Amino acid sequence: MTLMLVMIGGALGALCRFLVDRAVNLLPFRPLPWGTITANITGSLLLGLISGGAGSQPGWVGPLIATGFCGALTTYSTFSYETLRLAQNGPTGRNWALLNVAATLAAGFGAFGLGWYLGPAP
Amino acid sequence: MSRPRQVAPDVLLVVAAGGALGAAARYGLTTAWPTPPLGFPWATLVINLLGCALLGALMQAVTTRSSHRLLPPFLGTGILGGFTTFSAYASEGWQLFTAGRTALGMAYLVATLAGGLAAVRIGVRAVPQRQKQP
Repeated sequence: MTLMLVMIGGALGALCRFLVDRAVNLLPFRPLPWGTITANITGSLLLGLISGGAGSQPGWVGPLIATGFCGALTTYSTFSYETLRLAQNGPTGRNWALLNVAATLAAGFGAFGLGWYLGPAP
Repeated sequence: MSRPRQVAPDVLLVVAAGGALGAAARYGLTTAWPTPPLGFPWATLVINLLGCALLGALMQAVTTRSSHRLLPPFLGTGILGGFTTFSAYASEGWQLFTAGRTALGMAYLVATLAGGLAAVRIGVRAVPQRQKQP
């Protein structure tokens, strides 16, 4: 049962990341990978909101939303791959790669922390 | 600016199926190898580094060879994207920092970041260069 919830959340999370990536990358904001950035920030914020009130939600929330949906909506592999690709584009590319790392880490941790404090009290 | 193209339903299906499998594998690994409270999150680190190496190899393979069009969305976006996670990384790092375990938190932060980039490079280089057949 728990595994089923993880898998349903994982399917929906990956689907959302794919659609967000497609939608955001149509905007003329290159070269930063805004789709991955958006997915990672959103997933971290949502996980923070849930974790802040840990213990106060029904049992399905953890496997379905935290492990499944937030885990699959966010990604480390694509983040690393895109950072490497940026870095391989000369000195300007390296600056973009550094900016991608700084922005993702700062905004991702910031979003988690924000969710943690805004979430329902335990 | 280009208009959004219609997404083929089979692409959506393989992304979702891959995400389910990737998340299940991550759940299995973290359940089998739990992190003690405020301990070093080894399972998530290994998951993320392994996923990075495999994505590097996959992307190198599909950009230098012809492959089935569903392969990148299934294996890359779906399985590896669902397997690796940024939210758990942020969560575990945050909990270490707020509990005062700053050095361990920094070590985890840097190990995943530097290790992930190195793992992608290793994955890319593990696949031999070959020109796509015309």
